[in-house]
Order: sequence, then structure tokens, then C-alpha cells
Amino acid sequence: MPYSDTLDVRVTDTSLRDGSHAKRHQFTEGDVRAIVAALDDSGVPLIEVAHGDGLGGSSFNYGFSKTPERTLMKAAVETARQARIAALMLPGVGTKDDITAVAELGVEVIRIATHCTEADVSEQHFRLARDIGLETVGFLMMAHSASPEVLAGQARIMADAGCQCVYVVDSAGAMVLEDASDRVAAVVTELGTDAQVGFHGHENLSLSVANTVLAIRAGAVQVDGSTRRFGAGAGNTSVEALAAVLERLGIRTGIDVLKIIDAAEDVVRPVMDEECVLDRLALIMGYAGVYSSFLKHAYRAAERYGVSGAEILLECGRQRLVGGQEDQIIQIAAELAKAPAPA
Amino acid sequence: MSKVTAAIVGSGNIGTDLLYKLLRSDWVEPRYMIGVDPDSKGLALAREAGVEASHEGVDWLMSRAELPGIVFEATSAYIHREHYPRYHDAGIRAVDLTPAAIGPFVIPPVNLVEHLSEPNINMVTCGGQATIPMVHAVSRVVDVDYAEIVATVSSVSAGPGTRQNIDEFTRTTSRGVEVIGGAKRGKAIIVLNPADPPIIMRDTIFCSLPPDADRDKIDGSIRQMVESVQGYVPGYRLRTEPQFDEVADGTGGTVGRVAVFVEVEGAGDFLPPYAGNLDIMTAAAAKVGDEVARHLVSGD
Repeated sequence: MPYSDTLDVRVTDTSLRDGSHAKRHQFTEGDVRAIVAALDDSGVPLIEVAHGDGLGGSSFNYGFSKTPERTLMKAAVETARQARIAALMLPGVGTKDDITAVAELGVEVIRIATHCTEADVSEQHFRLARDIGLETVGFLMMAHSASPEVLAGQARIMADAGCQCVYVVDSAGAMVLEDASDRVAAVVTELGTDAQVGFHGHENLSLSVANTVLAIRAGAVQVDGSTRRFGAGAGNTSVEALAAVLERLGIRTGIDVLKIIDAAEDVVRPVMDEECVLDRLALIMGYAGVYSSFLKHAYRAAERYGVSGAEILLECGRQRLVGGQEDQIIQIAAELAKAPAPA
Repeated sequence: MSKVTAAIVGSGNIGTDLLYKLLRSDWVEPRYMIGVDPDSKGLALAREAGVEASHEGVDWLMSRAELPGIVFEATSAYIHREHYPRYHDAGIRAVDLTPAAIGPFVIPPVNLVEHLSEPNINMVTCGGQATIPMVHAVSRVVDVDYAEIVATVSSVSAGPGTRQNIDEFTRTTSRGVEVIGGAKRGKAIIVLNPADPPIIMRDTIFCSLPPDADRDKIDGSIRQMVESVQGYVPGYRLRTEPQFDEVADGTGGTVGRVAVFVEVEGAGDFLPPYAGNLDIMTAAAAKVGDEVARHLVSGD
């Protein structure tokens, strides 16, 4: 079943949310206006704007925002003409008050994210969001770490609480092909017509576009990407590449391929401090199953303590850290610095 | 000297773990345990330990010929608000382990002595008990404009109460960081981790520091406070030395910061040792009970 009469899948661009990690949360109002205008003109239907760790994410633990997030969201809402604006929130970081506040600013879609086995912490937020008329999306993060059956059960909890589309979120960019499609298929089977299913990929194993195509074939009708891959880890699924691939496959996204290619080069790239690349640490995240937004924190801790960033990330994987535990990166680096150097 | 008698209302995980701790107390004698489920494991364990137990709720308790001196409430905020007027009218002290917050927040090594005469004492949250002592340890040395705590608990130790009210945890804890911790502005973050075997509760406490902060003095104050908490939670410890840094403040400048990393291993009474988040609540409540009982016995 297609997403709607006119779109086979709805693409959400998250360069102004996941890209916040790559930008170390330093977006200005001007950055947001420029990127929203370009994406809007290219036909991107939904644009997510928030601190990388969601509403209320500005903190010592995740990094302080340069510009208050509500200022950025207001700018996005004012700039968009056809596109709608979404925000992300993580229960445990943000609260229901944050959801209400951004709804008043004109944000129309709230995406509520939990670790993939902890969906029940989001029930109260979904209920509130539906009560105040927001469209809802649920994020099951680090979905590579749970079986398709477990994910299906967790998706059911979100759907029953009022979530209208549950995403299988490959936060670590660790899924390899059928890892993505098997999980999406299990969630589609569980939810039937009760809710849609989405997929969010990262480029840490260089498979994000391929995984997204397989997810669509398995029944996902909402998918995420970031223009120019502007995101955490090695970056997100490239919206411009995905738009081109899906057009070739005859799958309608509503995105003008040539316009989004120009937007990536002429508008998004100049906002980025550097390209999101598949370097050593980003690849290790995909390989070891580490939450993508740990990347910049690992670089910083490695420099501060004079230890190997790769060792930090491998230890994060061994300890099975989940999204939100950025504080542990400092502790791990401090301990590595104390350990005797290998002989 | 006779002990002060006590009732535990709520026979779930928290109430039952608290029972074990009160059975060891020199000052408090657990006399009654009250639940609502006749098959409750907590009530059965209480009877085995010689404590009168009933599943007939607080009506049963209030009809005893001899009422307790202290009630420990381990139910829910809603239920405690209903029960409390009855305790109060009967002159029974309440130690509240729910988020009802009728009485003042108490963190034993920080402000218990000020509140020994209060009719109702609230135990904040598990994250608050684990982190607010560290915020106070810093704020008693230097001004703390902003403090932020990150509590990570194992998924299996986070019960339905915490999960359905996760906003209440972050709000109550951040308020405690300000009011009791002494930070001008507080923030609390909670993370659930499903790793198996379950992880021990970990807490990170970040405090902003003024430019001229005396790091040695802050470090010393933190270590002293860790020892105070260890007096009633033996498994409370630093995971690494306090870390001092200058970090980006988001607007192009930098701010001084100390990061304190603790873990809380439970005593393994009724709950497994990884559930340090629950243990620190029951241990702190037992500590409050001891001090209130001493205060009552000494008659001042």
C-alpha cells in the first residue's frame, strides 16, 4: 500500500536534526532558513528540526545549542511553504511540556524515540500528542540490537498508545541488508493497518540507501535521510541519492531529483563544517554497533585524554551502551588513560 | 531502650526491600506490613519474619489497637495523598517513598537534620538520592549556576511506575537538584539500558564551576560526601576520579565543569545488587526512619 494517493513513500529530511550532531549543535537561524527553503523548493514533504538529541537536548551531556531550539523551529515553520515541520523528543530527556510548546509554534509532526526495547516509556507522550492534534511517529532506536519479533512487540506498544508510524531505526548504521528488511517486515505484519512503518538508516557500513530500498520493499512507507548525508556517524541516508534511486525504481517521493542535488551542493554543504565521511571511527560504529551520535564525543574524549577513539567506541560496544549514555564516553576515556600502555 | 514501631504500606519490590533493612535497624521495629494482594510475596516474607501482615489495606492498619509511630509509604503518589490525612490525624509520622511530595524533600547527608520534626518527609527520586549529594558537595564549596545529572538504570529495575511517569522523574529530580543540591538551575536525564546481565545503576553529575574554583577543595568535598552516603549505602562509590574541564558553553565561550561518575550497587536484600536505584531509595528511607526514631525517643 502506498503512503498516499500521490506518494509511494514519504521522505523525511533530518539534516536539521541529525545534522545537529555533526554541527555540534551550532545551527543558526540563518542556517535553518536557508536549508528549509531549499528542501521545501525541492519537494521534500517533511523536515525535522531539533537538537540532535531531541527537544531539551541542549546540555553538558549532549552539547549546548548555540540557538534556542524553539527559535530554530519557529524559523523553520515560517520558511516552509509546502513542507511540514517535525520535531524529535526522547522521553527521559524532554518532557510533555516540550511537545506542547513546539506544537504551539506550528510544528505538526512529533517523532518520539525510545531505545528499541523500552517503548512503554513513550505511551504518555503519544497520548498527549494525539490529544493536541499532532501527527505522531515512533522511533525504535538501535533496532539492530533486537530481534524482529521483539521489535514487533515494541511497535505494538507504540501503536496502541497512538503512534501512527513506527520506525525501525538503525541508529548505529549496523544493519546489513536483510537485517533491515526482516525487521521492517515483522513490524508491518504486526501492525497491519493500525499504523505505518518507517526506516531510518545511517551510512556507517556504506549501506544506507540499499537498506532503505529493501525496507521499502518490505513495506516501509516512510523513510528518513539527510541531504548531503548531514547527520551523525558517517551521516544518514543521502536524500538526493535516495530520491534518484527511487525515481529509477519508479517509486514516487515527490522530490525533484535535480533540485535536491543542487540543494545538497549549493545550500546544505556550505552550512556543514565538514563532509560526513566513512572514516575509521564512523566505520567502527557500524561494525561494533555503536550509537552514531557518539562520534564527535569520542573524538573529543580521545583528544582530551590522549587515548584511541577506536578503543573508546569498541568499549562502548562491549558495554552495550544505548543512546543517551554519552556521559559514559568520558568515563571510559578516563579509565583508558589510566590503564598501562600495552607492552 | 524500646524501638519506635513502624508500618510499611505497599508490599511490592520497594516495600519488601525496605522491610529487610528495617529488620536490621537498632531504632525502628517493623511491626506491620500492608498490601492489597493476598498472594503478595512481600506479605508472606513479612509474616515469616514475624511481622503482622495484611492485604486489607490501610483500613486494617488504622484499626489496630496499637498504631505505629512511623509509616513508610511505598505505594503511589495518588494513594499516598489519600492515606496521608489519616496518618496525620493519628499523629503518625510519614516517610514517603512516592513522588507525592507532600512534605519536604530529604536527602539524608544534606538536610535530614533540619527536618527531623516534620510530620511528612519525601524521599525525592532514586536518581535524586544518588546524585543530589554530589551536587551539594560541589555547591557547598563554590557557586553552581547549573547542574545536570544523568541516571542510567537497568531496564529490569525500572518498574511500571517509573515508566508511565518518566516526566515526573525528570521534573522532580531536577527540582531536587536545585532546592536541595543548591544549583541555581538543574536538569535531569534518565536512560534505561536493557543489557543482560543487567548493569549496575550509574549516575553522572555535571556541575558548572566559576573561573576561580579551587579544584582540590571540590575534589575533597566530593570524596567526603561519598563517605557520608556510604554510611547508609555501602555500595555507593566513585567509578573514576572527578574530572575537571573547560567545555564549550554553546555560544562560542567556555565554562568550567566538574563531572562526577558514581555507581550504586545494591545490598542485595530483596532486590538484586544491580538494582542500586531501588536500594538507595530504601536505604535512604531506612536512614530517615532511624534518625526520626532517635529523635522521637530522645524526646526533643
